[in-house]
Amino acid sequence: MNRLKIILSGIVKNNPTFVLLLGMCPTLGTTTSAVNGAGMGAATMAVLILSNVVISLVKNIIPSKVRIPAYIVIIAAFVTIVELCMKAYLPDLYKTLGVFIPLIVVNCIILGRAEGFAAKNGVLDSALDGVGTGLGFTLSLTVIGAVREMLGSGAIFGQRFISGDGMLIFVLAPGAFLVLGYLMVLFNKSTSKLRS
Amino acid sequence: MVLVLGGISLVASAGVGFVYKVTKDPIAQAAEANKKAALGEVLPAFDEAVPDSLTLDGLPVIVYTATASGEIVGYAVETATMSGFSGRFDLMVGFEPDGRVRAVKVLQHAETPGLGSKMADAGNVLFASFDGRNPGEMNLAVRKDGGDVDALTAATITSRAYVDAVARAFNAMMESNGLGTGVDAATGATAQAGTGSTAPSVTDSTDTTAQAASEAATAPTKTTESARPQIVSCSIANDGKETKK
Repeated sequence: MNRLKIILSGIVKNNPTFVLLLGMCPTLGTTTSAVNGAGMGAATMAVLILSNVVISLVKNIIPSKVRIPAYIVIIAAFVTIVELCMKAYLPDLYKTLGVFIPLIVVNCIILGRAEGFAAKNGVLDSALDGVGTGLGFTLSLTVIGAVREMLGSGAIFGQRFISGDGMLIFVLAPGAFLVLGYLMVLFNKSTSKLRS
Repeated sequence: MVLVLGGISLVASAGVGFVYKVTKDPIAQAAEANKKAALGEVLPAFDEAVPDSLTLDGLPVIVYTATASGEIVGYAVETATMSGFSGRFDLMVGFEPDGRVRAVKVLQHAETPGLGSKMADAGNVLFASFDGRNPGEMNLAVRKDGGDVDALTAATITSRAYVDAVARAFNAMMESNGLGTGVDAATGATAQAGTGSTAPSVTDSTDTTAQAASEAATAPTKTTESARPQIVSCSIANDGKETKK
């Protein structure tokens, strides 16, 4: 039960996008379509789980003065490994996601969870926290991407339902802020009971 | 402290190095397979495609001449541009034997997702402007700059670069076959926004064309000849099988 709570906390109570407001750069930059949002979320989740596990394994040998550089080195190594593996064995997925992968290194959710959770908890709990936070991030990005794609391009998951262009502003950066703001209001309103 | 950080860095770099070594060959294979698939997509059915490497404006361009039972059925040109919104992107352009554009495939790019990246989608307006037309008979610039090419909405810089890449492909094909000097593209890709006429190469005098012709005749010949020996080993068959000559 407790373990389930860790996962659910990442999706609702500590939702990285709508509640913690972490990782705003990839959130705003990559959610031009639902597929892009989901892809960025999935790649982030993979790195988040791996780095959480490793950091919780080595947490006792890292002196607290150098913990941030140590975490960054670990995260950057995993991002590079994920990128190389994807390029080699999943070239089609890499074609879609390739441009986003280096962005994961600077995603502060990963450093935030490493510092805030993995450095204090066991390996299994840290892995579950990675799953939960990753799912929360993926779902949020997919929803933002879907709304922007519907309003901006008149399509959903690449399937067009109107002809011609949509409201272009939603594909551009200002639309990202607008959609994020309204979705944040909706999310916090609808989950206020769950979270208290 | 220093030891721990050094140790972590060492282990991390060793891990990355190991994965790099393991994935190096599969990555090269994937790129090769990608290129073969792109050739198959932009060309009609062919027996073999003979590559010819040129350098145009400092960028490498490869012209594949595709033949089926001894007859030329089309050309595929691997081309690139440096003027994309996020730097370089690579295209594969397929031409009919008479020079009309048959198909364009984006090999790799880093353009803005949702805007410039639409140049890689099927049926986008950029490709539609070229589809079935001979670039030599077109005014190669986006409409904003007074040309014949419809630009992608909110991606004018990408569109200019695309035109630049297709023009380079066309010129390379013309040079490679000694058919002529190709076209001067007033794409405006290198110039500031707006005036297409500020682009460095404007077709206003016959002198320029003649000069370009003589340059074209002398410069790439060396590259062409030195590239010829590759033909034997690099013939790519249509089904992805290698035909050894």
